[in-house]
Amino acid sequence: MSQTNEAPEAAIVLDRVNKWYGAMHVLRDVSITIGKGERVVVCGPSGSGKSTTIRCINRLEEHQQGRIVVDGTELTNDTRALDTIRREVGMVFQSFNLFPHLTILENCTLAPIQVRKMPKAEAEELAMSYLRRVKIPEQAKKYPLQLSGGQQQRVAIARALCMKPKIMLFDEPTSALDPEMIKEVLDTMVGLAETGMTMVCVTHEMGFARQVANRVVFMDRGEVVESGTPHEMFENPQTERLQTFLSQILRGH
Amino acid sequence: MSGQTATIIGTASAAREQPPASLVGPWAWARRNLFGSWWSSAVTILLGYLIVRWAWGFIDWAVINAVWSVPVASNPLDTAAPCRQMAGVGACWAVIGDKWRFILFGRYPYDQQWRPALCILLFIALYGVSANRAFWRKELLYIWVATLAVIAFLMWGGVLGMDYVAQDQWGGLPITLILATFGLAFAFPLAVVVALGRRSTQLPAVKFLCVGYVELIRGVPLISLLFMASVMFPLFMPEGLNPDKLLRAQIAIILFAAAYLAEVVRGGLQSLPKGQYEAADALGLSYWQKTLKIILPQALRMVIPPLVNNFISFFKDTSLVLIIGIFDLLTAGKVAMADPTWTGFSTEIYLVLAAIYFVFCYAMSHYSRSLERKFSRARNR
Ligand SMILES: Nc1ncnc2c1ncn2[C@@H]1O[C@H](COP(=O)(O)OP(=O)(O)OP(=O)(O)O)[C@@H](O)[C@H]1O
Ligand SMILES: [Mg+2]
Repeated sequence: MSQTNEAPEAAIVLDRVNKWYGAMHVLRDVSITIGKGERVVVCGPSGSGKSTTIRCINRLEEHQQGRIVVDGTELTNDTRALDTIRREVGMVFQSFNLFPHLTILENCTLAPIQVRKMPKAEAEELAMSYLRRVKIPEQAKKYPLQLSGGQQQRVAIARALCMKPKIMLFDEPTSALDPEMIKEVLDTMVGLAETGMTMVCVTHEMGFARQVANRVVFMDRGEVVESGTPHEMFENPQTERLQTFLSQILRGH
Repeated sequence: MSGQTATIIGTASAAREQPPASLVGPWAWARRNLFGSWWSSAVTILLGYLIVRWAWGFIDWAVINAVWSVPVASNPLDTAAPCRQMAGVGACWAVIGDKWRFILFGRYPYDQQWRPALCILLFIALYGVSANRAFWRKELLYIWVATLAVIAFLMWGGVLGMDYVAQDQWGGLPITLILATFGLAFAFPLAVVVALGRRSTQLPAVKFLCVGYVELIRGVPLISLLFMASVMFPLFMPEGLNPDKLLRAQIAIILFAAAYLAEVVRGGLQSLPKGQYEAADALGLSYWQKTLKIILPQALRMVIPPLVNNFISFFKDTSLVLIIGIFDLLTAGKVAMADPTWTGFSTEIYLVLAAIYFVFCYAMSHYSRSLERKFSRARNR
């Protein structure tokens, strides 16, 4: 395993990461360093490579050039390194991706039992505590398709938390939800941010970014164009691309 | 006052929830679907007439004019005389009464036929237990192994004071059930492995092997596989190392069925959204954990109807072993028809054979429908 010389408090380091789909260059020299406990919001127009970037962090996509170091472990073809990283990184998807054949409780206990080898009773207790935290303990015995979208997404968050990850990734967690359900999910995420979790969140919810993000990263056409605190970014955008993007977002909302 | 209003509104909306009586019930259904127009009325009447006529003719032949039994004649060739008088007018069920043990058990020693009979019951009990979801746990595997062992022990005998019965004396329904049960019990897991292998991205050699296997087997008819197993295969085997004919046919059926089932299973794997794989990966599940806990349970549920469709067709395809001289249910029936005493009454025997096949196949399809209903209920509500 290669030596890392970044500051020890870095949770995630992306160092000149490049990725191509066939001939299409979708990530161009993306470099982002995220400290432990930091909360980063990634935004940018559609197709700019936001999803690809955060999916590279737990290797749902493979990068082809550059270095990705997560929690001190570099992502290589070594499967053991990958197993370690996936255990420490939780992910929440736009389309929830709950397992429809398992109950809510089973969705939450599966990975702790299988991957962490936790005894079933302990896993269930843990799952119930997280389900209480996302405010749906009473749904534990139901199946995912019996729940509303907002409830499903909260279960997905609880499911990821049950692995006790050090880092949480969110890929547009509220984009598939009806407006009245967005708030319940965002509230859950704000609550999570208050616990000091390291979070990387792709979202267009600027209110959320303002409230919890330490830093906003703006991507366009596969590049990191600008990054800074929410205040700097939204009140005083430096690049024309970000200005255009922000005006579009504001018009859209 | 307000209570009164509420009642009125209540009845009004209740009345609206129920369509008027003229729109529901069998009469309304018939009027809508069978007599919707003069053209559809004409077709209904014509088909109705044909069905009633045919059904009446069949009952006349099969029940009213049928010969149910015949007295014992001094000359065996005269036994069927009462039947021959009614030939073409009434069915001769007496042939079944005389031949049923041969049809069911073939040339198995007559006084030992309680053994294959017990095997048939064991098979049916095994199916019954397996169909019950309360038994879907690890122990079911042991039940299968134990039951199949007991069946082998009953059929062969040779221990515990039971006479040894060589395999070439076995016949009838037990052979059909053995071929179908062992066939599907081994073909199904093989099919799952092949389907997984065919989708493997990490192991190109495995993938190549699985694709080759499926394409090769699907490219030849079962009959030629059976011929290969019975005629060609022994040529390549060293002397003395020659598994018996039934086993060779069994292997051919397993290989054949697995190739088809693998494609069905692959369809199920492909229909799963990519997000399911990604969610399992993101949680850190290993390949086998992901496959066994997330992917297969969903993929297999989705393909229950085509799977059962294949099961049913393989159950009937086992009758092709007739052409390599294995004594299954159909072969036993054909041999029974050839008995000079009963020549000319093959229709009755065919009907009984068809009824036996039908019972098993219908049970499978009925069960698959109930399974589908159960799963869809668990998932949606
Ligand atoms: N599997 C794939 N094969 C080929 N091209 C892909 C694939 N996935 C993404 N792309 C392309 O890569 C580019 C970046 O995609 P990505 O999904 O990361 O964008 P995004 O910023 O998340 O957009 P959105 O806001 O629409 O989710 C896009 O041009 C997209 O078309
Ligand atoms: Mg995206």
